Amino acid sequence: MTLLKLHAIEKRFGPTIALDGVDLEVAAGEVHAVIGENGAGKSTLMNILSGAFASDRGEMSLDGIPYAPIDPAEARRAGIAHIHQELALCPHLSVAENMLLGTEPSAFGWLDRQTMFERAAALLREFGRAEIDPHVRTSNLSLADQQVVEICRALARDARVMLMDEPTSSLQRSNVERLFRMIQKLRDRGIAIIYISHFLEEVREIAERFTVLRDGKSVATGALSGVTDAELISFMVGGRPSPAASPRPLPRGEGSVVLEVENLAAPPRVHSASFVLRRGEILGIAGLIGSGRTELIRALFGLQRATATRIRLHGSFGYLSEDRKREGLALALSIADNITMSRLSTCARAGWLNLRQQAAQARDAMQRLRVKAAGPEIKVARLSGGNQQKVALGRLLHQDPDILLLDEPARGIDIATRQDVFAEIAQLAASGKAILMVSSYLPELLGVCDRIAVMSRGRLSPARPISEWTADSIMEVAIGGSA
Amino acid sequence: MEARKAFSIIAPLLGLIGVIALFAVLTGAPERYLSTANLRVVLAQTVIVALSAIGMTMIIVSAGIDLSVGATIALTSVVTALALRDGWPPAAAIVAGTLTGGIVGLINGLAITRLHVVPFIATLGMLGIARGVAKYVADQQTVNAPPTWINEVAVTFPSRPWMLFAPGVWLTIALAVMMTLVLRRTVFGRRVFALGSNEAAARACGIHTDRLKIWIYSIAGLFFGLSGVMQMSRLRQGDPTVAVGVELDVIAAVVIGGGSLSGGEGSIGGAMIGALVMAFLRNGSQQMGWPNYVQEIIIGVVIVIAVAVDRYRTSRGTE
Repeated sequence: MTLLKLHAIEKRFGPTIALDGVDLEVAAGEVHAVIGENGAGKSTLMNILSGAFASDRGEMSLDGIPYAPIDPAEARRAGIAHIHQELALCPHLSVAENMLLGTEPSAFGWLDRQTMFERAAALLREFGRAEIDPHVRTSNLSLADQQVVEICRALARDARVMLMDEPTSSLQRSNVERLFRMIQKLRDRGIAIIYISHFLEEVREIAERFTVLRDGKSVATGALSGVTDAELISFMVGGRPSPAASPRPLPRGEGSVVLEVENLAAPPRVHSASFVLRRGEILGIAGLIGSGRTELIRALFGLQRATATRIRLHGSFGYLSEDRKREGLALALSIADNITMSRLSTCARAGWLNLRQQAAQARDAMQRLRVKAAGPEIKVARLSGGNQQKVALGRLLHQDPDILLLDEPARGIDIATRQDVFAEIAQLAASGKAILMVSSYLPELLGVCDRIAVMSRGRLSPARPISEWTADSIMEVAIGGSA
Repeated sequence: MEARKAFSIIAPLLGLIGVIALFAVLTGAPERYLSTANLRVVLAQTVIVALSAIGMTMIIVSAGIDLSVGATIALTSVVTALALRDGWPPAAAIVAGTLTGGIVGLINGLAITRLHVVPFIATLGMLGIARGVAKYVADQQTVNAPPTWINEVAVTFPSRPWMLFAPGVWLTIALAVMMTLVLRRTVFGRRVFALGSNEAAARACGIHTDRLKIWIYSIAGLFFGLSGVMQMSRLRQGDPTVAVGVELDVIAAVVIGGGSLSGGEGSIGGAMIGALVMAFLRNGSQQMGWPNYVQEIIIGVVIVIAVAVDRYRTSRGTE
C-alpha cells in the first residue's frame, strides 16, 4: 500500500534545474533507497519533502491526501521527519528536552518534567538503548547516540515517513548494525523510510526497493534483489563513460624515506604509533572512528600536542582535514582564493597579489581535478560537496608539499568524484609524493594504498603490504587490537 | 551535567567571595566594609544593572545581544518623570516607564525578525534612536519629578528600617527568582535555550523562532524599562543623558556569571553574582580612594579573566 507518492516533481533555482521530473512511491513499512551521484538532486528532493522548499511543479500525496507543506513545521505535523546528515540537536539541552522539543508536555506553560523524562526513557527502552540517560546533556553523548536521540525525536512526533540522509556517514561498524536494527524496528512499526547512501552494500543490507536519481530525474526504480551493482552504477552514471578505476601502479620502487616516526603518542586518543613513509608510496591508516586515526594525522601536522621517541622528517607537510566545511575550506571565499591560500607567494610580489596569475593557477588546478564550476571566481559555498572536496585537494596540489596527510579524502562524495580523487592521489604518488591516508571505507583503502597499517584503540599496527591484507583481516585488527 | 551546572554558579560565587575578602583586608577595616550599611550601599547601586541583567541573560542565552540598554534606561527614566510631572499616579508612571521599555524591545525584536537585521546592528541602531527620542521628549533637559513614593523605591537607606534593603532590592531578588523558574521550568524558557543552542534545530522542530525572539526582546525590554524607573527613583529626575554605556556593565555581569555569547548557556543567578562582583569592585576601589580609572582597568581585567576561566573549564570538559 503506497503511503507517500510523488509525481513529476520539478524544482529550479534561478537558471539551474535541480529536479526535472521525479517520481517516487514508498509504501508503509518499506525502506526505500534513493541513490544517485552528488548533484543528482537527492538533497533538493529531501528538502521538498521536509517542507524546506516548495516544488515548482508536480504533485505529492501522503496516504492518498494531497501533500504540499509550506514549511518544515507543517511537514512535521503531517508526519514527515528529516534525520539530517549533520545532526540537528541542541547540544546544551538534555536528551529528553531534545526529543520532545516543540512538543513538550506541559500544563499552562509549565514543563511537565516527569512526563517528559518518562516518555524519553520509554522511547529509548523500546529501541534497546535504555543505557542512554534522558537527563544527560546532549553534547556529552557520542555522535552515534546523538543520532538515536534524533530518531527518537521523530518518533515522539508520530512520524510516518523518515528521511535519512547518509545516516551512517559518521558511524563505525558496530553502531551501523545497531542503527540497522533500529531501522528494522521502525519498519515493523509501519514507518516508511527513505534512505540515502553512497554505499551500495549498505543499501542492499537495509533497503528492499530503490529509486535512482540522475540529473534531477528519477531514471530507475524497482526491487534491489533484481539488479546488480553494475546495473545500479550504470543507472547513476547514465550514458557517460565512467572514469577508469584508479590505475593500480605495480609496487613502486623503494623510494627514499621522508618520514620516520617512532612511538608517537598524543593522549588521550593516540598511545603509540610507529611507521616509515617513503617517497612514491601511499600508506593507508585503517581503523574504527574514534580509534585515534584522525588524531594521529593532526598530531603530525602540529594541530595536537604529541610526544615521540623520534621523528625524522625530510620535506614539507600538506594536510587535508576530514571536516571540509570547518577546517578544509573557507566557504565564503572564491575557488581561486581557496586553491592558492596555502601558497599565495606563487602569485604575489612584495605582498601584492597578482589576481590574474592567481586565477590562472586556480584554473590549472580546476582543470586537472575536473572541478565543475563556471570559473575560479565562484564562491566555494556554491559548489556541490564533491566539487568542494576537489577544491580542497586542489589547494594541496597548489601547495605542492612532499608529504600529503589526507583524512577521509572521499568523505560524502559520489562515486564518479571519488574515482577522480583517487586517480589524482595515485598520480601524486607516482610523481614522487609520499601519502598518508586515513579512510573508513575499506574497499577504498584496499584499492588505492601500497601498504596499510591499522589503528586500534590508539595503537598503530605495523604497516604491511596490501597483498597481505584482506578486508576481514583489517577488521579483525581494528576490533581486536592484535596485529 | 549536574557538576557542570554547579560549577557555573560556584565559580562566579568564589570570585565574588574573593573580591569581598580582598577588599575587607585591603581597606584594613573589615567591620566597616562588611557592615550592613555598606552592603545596603552596594545593593542599592547594583539594582539598575541587576534588573537589566535579568533581561539580558534571556537575550544572551538565546544567542542574541542588546546594545540599547543604556539608552532605553534614559528614555524610560524620562518617560516616568514626565508622567509624574503631568500628575499621573506613581503606579501608573511606573507602568508607563516599564511598558516603554517593552515597546523599545518589541521594536528591536521586529527589526531583527522582520527586517532580518542581526541583533548587534539592530540594537546598535536603537542605541542611537532611543537616546535621541529621550532627549526629544525631555526637551533636551532633565525632567524634574515631583516627590512621590517612587523616590523611596531605590534609596540606599529605606525609611522603614524593618525593610533592611530598599524595596527595589527586594523586587530585583523576587524577579530574579521568578525568571530563573521561567527559564528552567517553562516551555518558553527551554525554548529560549534551544534557540540559542541550535536555531536551525529549533525551527526544524516547529518552534516559531521569530515569534520567540520578539517575545524575548520585548520581555527583556520590560526589565530595561524597570531599570529606567529605578534610575529615575535614584536621581529623582528623568535624565536623557544618563546611563551611557550601562549595556556593557550588564553584558559583563551576564558573562561573568557564566553566560556564553554564542548562546545556549547562562543563568540569572550567575548574572546576579556577576553584577555584585562589579558593584563590590567599584565600592571597594572607592573606599580605597583609588581613582576611577583604576576601577575601570580592574573591571576590564576581571571580565577577561572570568571568560578565560570559563573557556579553560569547557575545553577541559570536552576532552
